[in-house]
This record gives sequence, structure tokens and C-alpha cells, in this order.
Amino acid sequence: MPEIKELVKQLAERHGRNRESLLPILQGIVTEERSISDVAMTEVAKELDMSAALVYGTATFYSFLDTEPRGKYVIRLCKTITCDMKGKRQILKSLEDLLKIELGETTKDKKFTLLETNCLGWCHKGPAMLINDDAYTELTPEKVSEIIGDYMKNK
Amino acid sequence: MPDKRLKRVDLIFSDESVCRDVLADSLKKSNDDILKGILDSGLRGRGGAGFPTGLKWKFTSQEKEEEKYVVCNADEGEPGTFKDREILTKVPLKVFSGMAICAKVIGAKKGFVYLRGEYQFLRKELNKALDNFHALVKELGFDFEIKIRMGSGAYVCGEESALFESMEGKRGEPRNKPPYPTISGFRNKPTVINNVETLVYSFMICRIGAKKFQELGTADSRGSKVFSISGDTPIAGIYELELGMSLEDFVEEFGDGDTKAVQVGGASGLCVPRKKFKDTIIGFEGVPTGGSMMLFNSSRSMYNVLKNYVEFFEEESCGQCTPCRVGCQQLKLGIESVKKGDKPASYLKTLQKLAETMKVTAKCGLGQSVANSFSSIVDNFNEEMIY
Repeated sequence: MPEIKELVKQLAERHGRNRESLLPILQGIVTEERSISDVAMTEVAKELDMSAALVYGTATFYSFLDTEPRGKYVIRLCKTITCDMKGKRQILKSLEDLLKIELGETTKDKKFTLLETNCLGWCHKGPAMLINDDAYTELTPEKVSEIIGDYMKNK
Repeated sequence: MPDKRLKRVDLIFSDESVCRDVLADSLKKSNDDILKGILDSGLRGRGGAGFPTGLKWKFTSQEKEEEKYVVCNADEGEPGTFKDREILTKVPLKVFSGMAICAKVIGAKKGFVYLRGEYQFLRKELNKALDNFHALVKELGFDFEIKIRMGSGAYVCGEESALFESMEGKRGEPRNKPPYPTISGFRNKPTVINNVETLVYSFMICRIGAKKFQELGTADSRGSKVFSISGDTPIAGIYELELGMSLEDFVEEFGDGDTKAVQVGGASGLCVPRKKFKDTIIGFEGVPTGGSMMLFNSSRSMYNVLKNYVEFFEEESCGQCTPCRVGCQQLKLGIESVKKGDKPASYLKTLQKLAETMKVTAKCGLGQSVANSFSSIVDNFNEEMIY
């Protein structure tokens, strides 16, 4: 995987090669690839001259540093009680129907992954979700189908 | 009985254009004068724990180290809290200016904002605000630089020592305390770590003076506080209110007329049932909060609320210490078993004992505070846990 090697190198150039650079580098990989593969972790370990176990241990601690393959767009639906009270379960059902996958799965074309997450900080405008880094709030089934339709068509 | 009534205040979100003058003024003042102001104001940390801000600054300023840091804790993860996002969106320059004043007092040249991964979308605007800020401090001839570090979706990183670990590129596992951050924080150097809101209040105290700030609130809870109000309320949102009001006043203003309970302080806070609204003061002498206020009306099952909280803790526990790691799992399994009828109702008492044990044995605030919501919900809504 020469591309991963190149990416890790670029990120190390930008963030440095010490322990403190590890998190920014891993975050950089997720921004580009949506998840961190075993190969990527080994590359990071080599580049930063540390053990791969250390890289793995750090990456797996953080819920946004996915180490399993993810789609191009990772959807994280907030599951905190306040979003739940505003109809989160209905939104989840809409998302599952639209994407034809269940919670935790990735679509066959590797475009979408559907996950739940803890409080996103939009409790006054629930239900809320993130698609990669962008927040969508006050969701309704209609709004969700519009948003997902737009991603399917235009992105 | 509380003697304060609900009163809206406008300190935090007031005009940002004062930053230049206040900062220029403060940089000319002596460190002792600024410290005295913050100490006299009675300001306590707005993240939830409520440690006196002035003391934090004072202790750090007394350390004889070359390298010191100011860290802004923007890892707002407590369920039901969203005030820091609003503050960073609307008045970032006030946050940065608060950090600069702190840096002057303690003798730091570098500051960091640790921003939660969920708020990555704020980054662009924050960088712009940072550019303006850096131009301003340069113009004022003050040597101070702020960098932003991102979190990656771990609630426990809001705990100060876990946050330092994360900034150092490690797993966000809380450290043993002492030593406290004022002696050994980021990179094991003396560090002041303040919540976003605390930094803005520190800045505002430099602007309006300790006396004016002190006039607000009560003896234990000086000043005002930004509340994040959500749940069964027709007017969910962000409100800055004077501290010390009764929960009854609060519910009258924000409730939907059918409020049966308010969770004060998020998943790690206390659940107050209707019959106790009147005698509950919102503040450090009563029920403190980092800002999260979730209202529940009588259509809600408090079992579902508790289960949601316990699941949250089980997921977010860092797993480092046994009381929290195993305790959270057992609390979740326990309430499920009682609900299903696999365990007798009396088993809830055993679970409460477990939660109390976690309070005294868990390593950090996360595990220690599970008992707050657990016991207050089980005590006050016992029958809802069983039937």
C-alpha cells in the first residue's frame, strides 16, 4: 500500500515524529481514509519509531479512531436520552431503510457506515447526527431522506 | 430556603469588542491585583467540579518552573451540555483573552484548547478567531501563543489528567492524583486547566470587577452560570442565569407544566423529583451542575433514562480501574435483571451499595459520579425500576 505510506509520511512531516504527534497523525489518517488499517498502524509505528502495539493501543481507545473498515461517509447518530426522547429511534429506522443496512454496517458500495454515538452536544436540537465532521440537527424522517439523497447523488 | 429568584444575566455573550481594551488593561496590571480580583470574586470552576479558579491560578503562579501551560478544556461531553460550543461559536476571543490573562499571571507562554472531536466543524472559524487573537497579543507586545488540539470521541478525556494524557498522544486514562495539575499537568509541567466558561468569567471579572460579580449568586455560588436546557421543555436552549435559584423557579420558567423530574448536571449529576423542587437550590450549596439541565415530564420512563445513563458510563469507562469497569457493567446488567423479574426488587439495594462502593474506590470522577444519577433515580423512582 504505497499510498498509505505516503500519507503517513506527509502527516509525520506536518505534525512531527514524537509521541505527541501520534494522535494528530491518526486523526489525519481517519480524515483521509475514514479508518485506520493494520497496515497504516504499522506504518505509523515505523515512521514514529515506536511499537505497533502502542499505536494500536492508542487508536483503539478513541471511538472516532475507527480501526475497522468504514464507508466514505460515516454517520453517527446521537443516542443520548434527550435525542432519544425527540424521536431518535424513528430516525434510525429511516436511515436503515434508506441505506438498506443495519446499525453498525457499511453499505455494499462502501459509501455509508451507520453508527451510534454518545452525546453530540445538540440536545436542544435533537435528534442530531454527524456525517463525517458535519452536524445535522432537528432531524425528521423527511429531512433525513433529503440529506441522504443529497449525499447519494452529489457526493 | 433559597432567597434568590430566577434572573437572566448577560455577561458571557455580551459584546466581544471589549477584548482589546480589557486585555491591554489587564496586561498592565500587576499579577497580584489580577489574582486578588479572581480570588475575591469567588469564581468557582464551571465545568462541574467547582474548584476555586483563583486558587488554581495562584498555586500555579507559585511554582518555580520555566515551562508552564494554560489549557482550555473544551471537551464538553457530559450528556445534556452544549454551552461550550455556543461560547466558542459566539465569543471565542473572550475565551482566548481569558487564557492570555491567566498566562500572564502564572507565567506561561503557551496555551492549548482541547476541543472534542464532535466539534471538528468549529475548527475553521476558531482558527480565524485565533489569527485575530495572535495579531492582538503581538500588537500588545505579549508573548503568548494558543494551539488547538483535537479529541477523538472519548468522554473521559474531559477529566483533566486524562486530557493531558490525550494531548501527549496517549490513551486518555486518568492519572493518579496528587500531584495535581497546578504542580504537574501537561508534559508534567505546572498547568492551569479551566473550562471554556470559567475562562470567559475570569475575563469578565477583569472587565467588571470582582465586586459586581460577587453581587450575583450566593455565598457558596458567586456569579452566574450558563445552562444548557433540554428535554421536555418548550424553550430548550442556552440561558445564562444567576446562581442560587430554586429548582421550582427554574421549572416554572422552563418546564412544560408536567415536569416530574430534572436531571441536574447530566448523567453524572443528580436526579431531583417534583416533590423536592421547592427545597433544591441550584448551586454548590444545593445541587451543582456543569450546566446540563434535562427535564422529564410524566410521560417518560425513568427506567429508560437510567438505563441510557448506565449504558453511557459503561461505554465511556476507560477500563483502567476495576470498580468503574466492572461496576458499570454490573449496574447495567442488574437493573435489566430486576426489570425482567430475574432478580427481586431488593436487588436494587445491592446495586446501590455497589454504586456507593464505586464512589469511594474508582480512580477518577467518571466512576465516582455514577452513583449520583444511579442512586437518585433508583431512590426516587423505585417502582419504575421494578414494574
